[in-house]
Parts: sequence; structure tokens; C-alpha cells
Amino acid sequence: MADEKTKDLISQEINAQGQSAEESEYSLNDDRRVRTLSPTALVVKRFLRNRVAVTGLVILAFMFVFSFIGGFVSPYREDQLFYRYDSQNKQYAALTENTELRYLTESDSDFPSVARAKFVLAQKQGKEGTFESGGTNYSFKEEGDGLIAIYAESDPSNPVALATYDTVSSSTSNEKLPFGFQHAILVAATNDQPSFTYEGKTYTIDDGGTVMDGDVEVAYASRYVAQAIMPDVFLTRSFKEQLLEAVESGDKDFVFTDEDGTTAEYTLSYDASKSTWSVLQSTSTRVFDTYSSPSAEHWLGTDRNGMDMLTRLMYGGRVSLYIGFIVVFIETAIGVVLGGISGYCGGWVDNLIMRAVDVFYCIPSMPIIIILGATMDAMRVDPQVRMLYLMLLLGFLGWAGIARLVRGQILSLREQEFMTAAEATGIRASRRIFRHLIPNVIPQLIVTMTMSLGSTIITEATLSFLGLGVKFPFASWGNIINDVNDTYVLTNYWFIWIPAGVCLLATVLAFNLVGDGLRDAFDPKMKR
Amino acid sequence: MKKYILKRLLISAVILVLVAFIIYVLMRSLPTSYLEQVAREKSMQPGSKSFEEWMEQLSATYGMDKGIIPGFLSWCGRALRGDFGDSWKWTVPVTQKFHESVWISFVMGAISFVFEIIIAIPLGIIAATKQYTKTDYTITIVALACFSLPTFFFASLLKLVFCVHLGWFDLGGLIGRNYEYLSPAGQLLDKANHLVLPIVTLVVISIGSLMRYTRTNMLEVLNADYIRTARAKGLPESKVIYHHAFRNTLIPLVTMLGGSLPGLFAGALITETLYSIPGIGYVSYQSMVAGDIPFSMFYLVFMAILTLLGNLISDILYAVVDPRVRIA
Repeated sequence: MADEKTKDLISQEINAQGQSAEESEYSLNDDRRVRTLSPTALVVKRFLRNRVAVTGLVILAFMFVFSFIGGFVSPYREDQLFYRYDSQNKQYAALTENTELRYLTESDSDFPSVARAKFVLAQKQGKEGTFESGGTNYSFKEEGDGLIAIYAESDPSNPVALATYDTVSSSTSNEKLPFGFQHAILVAATNDQPSFTYEGKTYTIDDGGTVMDGDVEVAYASRYVAQAIMPDVFLTRSFKEQLLEAVESGDKDFVFTDEDGTTAEYTLSYDASKSTWSVLQSTSTRVFDTYSSPSAEHWLGTDRNGMDMLTRLMYGGRVSLYIGFIVVFIETAIGVVLGGISGYCGGWVDNLIMRAVDVFYCIPSMPIIIILGATMDAMRVDPQVRMLYLMLLLGFLGWAGIARLVRGQILSLREQEFMTAAEATGIRASRRIFRHLIPNVIPQLIVTMTMSLGSTIITEATLSFLGLGVKFPFASWGNIINDVNDTYVLTNYWFIWIPAGVCLLATVLAFNLVGDGLRDAFDPKMKR
Repeated sequence: MKKYILKRLLISAVILVLVAFIIYVLMRSLPTSYLEQVAREKSMQPGSKSFEEWMEQLSATYGMDKGIIPGFLSWCGRALRGDFGDSWKWTVPVTQKFHESVWISFVMGAISFVFEIIIAIPLGIIAATKQYTKTDYTITIVALACFSLPTFFFASLLKLVFCVHLGWFDLGGLIGRNYEYLSPAGQLLDKANHLVLPIVTLVVISIGSLMRYTRTNMLEVLNADYIRTARAKGLPESKVIYHHAFRNTLIPLVTMLGGSLPGLFAGALITETLYSIPGIGYVSYQSMVAGDIPFSMFYLVFMAILTLLGNLISDILYAVVDPRVRIA
């Protein structure tokens, strides 16, 4: 009875503690009352109790999601280029109002500058007159408003020169029109004649000074002189008209669409000392959207090539993690096989493998990788192939540590009883190594692998930073930070390199935290 | 002991020859080389010989016309007599360039080594004695963060803060703009000023592992039976830690630090490159990228010797410091 009572009491207590009712049915010394945990479950439990390590795990989970899923969520591709329109102002034309007499001659020698000076003096006397220069007598006559024709004595019918405020330009090209034609146009234009005849053809001329041959516009006379700055630019009549309109109405800018349909904005500025308007053409050019600041479209801005920084960061993380995992996998595979053989066999095999380990320990790996990287640069190896070489190289240079660790563990495990038992059952040597020895090395192996994941990622990033690792167009966190070699980027564009650096630091730190936590979880003896 | 050292030295010599051979084979079988580049440049000049002729002449001049094995043997023969040939990039004997650049690296390394010890060991001990407290967690995380910090990123951050925003230091180089006009003392100060950031970088990057190492070893010692005995005797905690525990922590520490002494000459390749400090690391980086075989060979073999020497020193120190260890 008493026994029954105690049992009841205990069961009540257990129920009160929230245990399941099923367990309460077992007797007190029943093994099934104690929840037994497998060694793995114990490790997991110990690991989860370590808050720092769990933080590391959370960071890692975030980084994995960011790198591997982020790429699909991001609306942009890794190598998608972005453009923006950039307006560039360039000197396009200059417009001058003619306030001084200009001289038109058949050729320059006909009316030398000495004669011009003499003419100016004589012209002040009256509308008609004569003067003498260089042994030639000239006479002049006003033929219209602001048009004076100058005749040499020898040829009183054809003028040697015209002094005029208006200029005549061809409507179709930059070429000069014949002198006689210009004369005829000017006479008609300044006297407001509606038409005139030149070399047997009749031309019409309107108030604006446009000369038409039937329906075709051939030339125009104007008091304004518009000149293109660039010799290959031809200013059309309609452009000039629009320019004049803007000048007369006092506008500072106007938009002009040419015959090809290209629209450009023009800005006018007046230079009083030269009485000239200069015309600036602002053309918008499509350029790569480089180093643009963070915005709603690009949360972390764009990089040197005009690619979205956040997307690059995601793909960069993917590359960095891939490389880390593959390199560690190669290292571990070589290390476990060689270390296992070496530790198990002993004797000359052990000696040979350990000397190889010594040699590999001794080879300075960073300089070797730098030399090979520079060589691959010189050979212009394809970036994808290059990434593969890099992984193989890093893996091949890094196995010595793991081999030494595995061998040391196996040497101590080999002497233990369970191995003697395994040998006594008569199973194959390979099975003894890989079924019975290696699993006992796995805790240390996992810790080392986690830690070396972090250091591999740093090594890869350092190489990429030096420009010797992962190459454009592939992104890696290291080669994203590579831009910082340009002092201007370092100073002005934090968003290019700080996020990548933070990602790198967080990931490597997380790997180390997890590795540390795992070590503690695997080896509870270290706890006080 | 003597026999042990002799044996280790012999093994090291064999390993060294193997390493040198691997490096030599690697350097010789690189498909593009400095020589090709020079030959290409020379053959571009007007009225010059063809590329092939130049290549032949240059190979003969630089001793590259031999096969790999005879070439390696003659390299070994000359190296044993201390003749490492002339550097192609620097156009001076390799040893001369080495002398010019190694001392600045050594000064940098030594100063940061001292700082590293001063900072890391006390912090490691504090973390161990206060295990599972906030102090311990902070120190552990800081140590791991230092350990995880990529050198180039940290250096860039330092440059941004101290060179660009505060303007305290120059972005790179060993001497300032007006170095020539300074008094000898001023010149020394100028150099010291340029070394501040590289040393800070080196210290912060390397502090983490030493801190962790100290902590782990201290914890191991604190778990030992004699510490329990000391406590049981009623000794004050400070005496237990600093008299009994710390001395025994020193065994692995001295071993490790002694082993890293030769490394002081190796130069910090990445840090020197980042700050353009013309030490052995930066000089050899430039040589390696330019494909300068004599200098790279020398540097790589030098690094291998330092590693072997470090291992040897730490093994011997272990026996010296800890009388329980017997070596045969």
C-alpha cells in the first residue's frame, strides 16, 4: 500500500513538472524514465545553449539566404548595365549683329586694306564720291540701305567691292556664292524689290531676305552673322531663323529640331564686349550610370561599370561561399585520405606522407598564388576557368594541416580497445579506417573545416582584392572592394566598398563563432 | 639534444631542397615571363633584331637557356655560396635589394610583435579567469572579430578615417613630401608617422589568434590538479593565477612566440602592399607580379627557411621550457 502511495505521489509530482503521463507509469528505477540522448543530440543541445555560436549560425543563415536566394529575388542580373542621360554643353555657334561695314570682293587682292581706309574717309563726306589709292581711282555709290558699291576707274560697270551691313549666305552649303550673285541679291534685298534677275534667271526675294529659285531656296541675306564653331557643322536657315527669333524676343534658351528629327536644347549668352551671342548646344548622351548614390532603384547605388551594387553583392557572396566550400572540400578530401593512410599504416608510408606534409607546410602559399595569379593575368585566362584553377590551387596547397590533424587523432585512436576489437572481427583495413577511425576524427574535422572556411574566404577575397583572384565579370566580395584602390572611391563612395567589407567580416566571423561553438559542444571537458 | 638538433637540421635541409626544387620548377614552367616581355619591347625598337633572336640572347644572358634540372643545380650551387644573382626588376643584386628592404619590415614586425604580446596575453588571461562572464564573451568576440577581419578592408577603413577624414597620416609610402628638408630627427619622426597605421593594422589583425591561444592554454592550466591543490591550501586567488597558473601558461606561449621570431623577417606582404611601405613584402610582391625569377626564388626560399627555423626553434624551446618534455 505504502508503495502504491509513494508511486502515486511521484507520478503527481512528475505530472506537476509537466512530464508526459506515459513516463509516469514506469517504476522509479526504470531506465525508460530517463530520456537518453544520442551523442549527436547532446552536441546539438550544448551548441544551442551557446548564445554566441547561435548568433553566428543566424548570421550564416542570413548570408546564405542573401547570397543564394537574393540573386533570384533581385530584379537585376549580375552583369546588367545601367545607363543614365548626361547632358553635355558644347559651344555650337556664335551670332553677331553686323554693326560695321563688311567688304565683299571678288578676290582679296582687288581691294586692299589701304584702299578700304581711304574709302571709309571718303564715305563720311557723302553718299557718292571718289577717292584714290595705290595709283587707282575709285568711285563709290550707295545702291541701297547699307549697301555701297565701289567701282574702279577702269571698269565702271562692275564693282570691285561692296561695302555692306548685310551678308549673303547659301542656304544649301557653306560654300561662298559668286560675287555677282551676291551683289544682285543685296541690291534687291536692300531696295525691297520682290524679284531680280541674275544670269538670265529670275529669283524672288521675300521680306526676310530669303532668295528663291522658283520653289527652291538658294540663299538669304541677313544683318546677323551666324557661324558654326565646328567646321563640319552647317547651320541651316531654319536654325538661324529660330536663333534670331530667340535673340529678338530676349529668350535665353530654345529648342530646335533639325531635319533628322534630333532635338537639342540651346542656350544663349550675350557677350557685350564683343556684341556676340554665343550658342551652347546641350546634347544628352547615354552614359553608364557609374557610382550613382543609393536610391530607391539601386539600394546600394551602382559600381564603376554601372551595375547594381546590391545584386553584385549577392552574387559576390555566392562566389565567395562556393569557393570557400569547394576549397575546403578538396582540402579535406586530400587531407583525410592521406592522413588516414599515414596514421593507420605507419612505417615508411607514414614517413613519406609526413615529409610531403612538411614540404607543403613549408611552401609559402600566398606568394605562390600571387605568382600564378599574375601569370594567369598575362595569359588572359578565361575568368570562369580561372576561378576553377584558383579553387584547385587553394585546395591543393591547404591539405597539409588537415592531414596532420587526422594522422594525430588516428595514432591515438588506433591504440584503443575498440580498434583491437574491430581488428579481431577481421574486417577489411579500408573499412576499419573509414568506418571506425574516421568517424571518431569527425568532431575535430568539422571544427577545423568551419574555421578554414572562414580563412579560405579571406584568402580568396585578398587575392581578388589584389586583382589576382576572381575576375570581372564575376563578382566576389574581394573584387568589389578592389575599387577602393582608387583614392577617389575610397574618399567619396562609401557604398561601393563598405557593404562588401561588412558582409565579408560578418560571414568569416560567423564561421569562426560557429566553429568555436562546435568545438566547445564537441568537447565538454574543456568547460570548468 | 645535440643529436636531435642535428637530425632536425638535416631533415630541414632535405625539405628545403625539395621546396626550392618545387618552386624552381614552378617558376621556370610559367608560360609567360619577364624575359619575353623585355624581348618584345626590344624587338619593337626600330632596326632591332627579331623577337626570337632577342629571346635567345636574353635567355643566355640570364642563364635561362639551361634545362630545368641543370638550371636548378647551378642555382643551388650559387645560392650555397650566397650568390642569388641579379634581380631583373630592380637591376641590382638580389641580396642588395634584400638588405635595402628587409630592415624596415623587421622594425615594423618587431614593434607590432611587442604590442601584440602586451595587448593579447593579458586580455587572454583575463578572459580565462573570468570564463563565461560578459568580459569573457566580449574578449572572445573581439578576438574572433580581429581574427576574421580582412586586412585590406581594415586598412581601407583606417585610411578613410585617419587619412581622409582626420588627415593625421599620409595614405601610403614611408616618407612624406618634404622629407628631404627635415632634420635627421624630423626624418625619423616622419618615418615613424608613416609606420603608425601599418603597425596598427598588423597588431589588430594578429592579436586575435594569440588572445585565443592564451585563453585556451590558461583554461587548461586552471583545470589542472595543482591549481586545485593551490586553492585548497587557501592561497589568495591572485597568487594562484599569477604565480602558479600563469607561469605554466607561459610554456606553450613561449614555444609559440619563439617559433614566430624568424617570421619577423618575412615582412607583411599584404599590409606593406596596401600602405606602399617599401619593405621586403611589398618589394617581393612587385617582383613576383613582374615575373622576376631570381628575386622571387630568393624570397620564397627565404620564407621556407624562416618557417623551418620557426618550427625548429619552437620544438627546442618546448624542451627547454618544459622539463617534462624529453626529446630523442
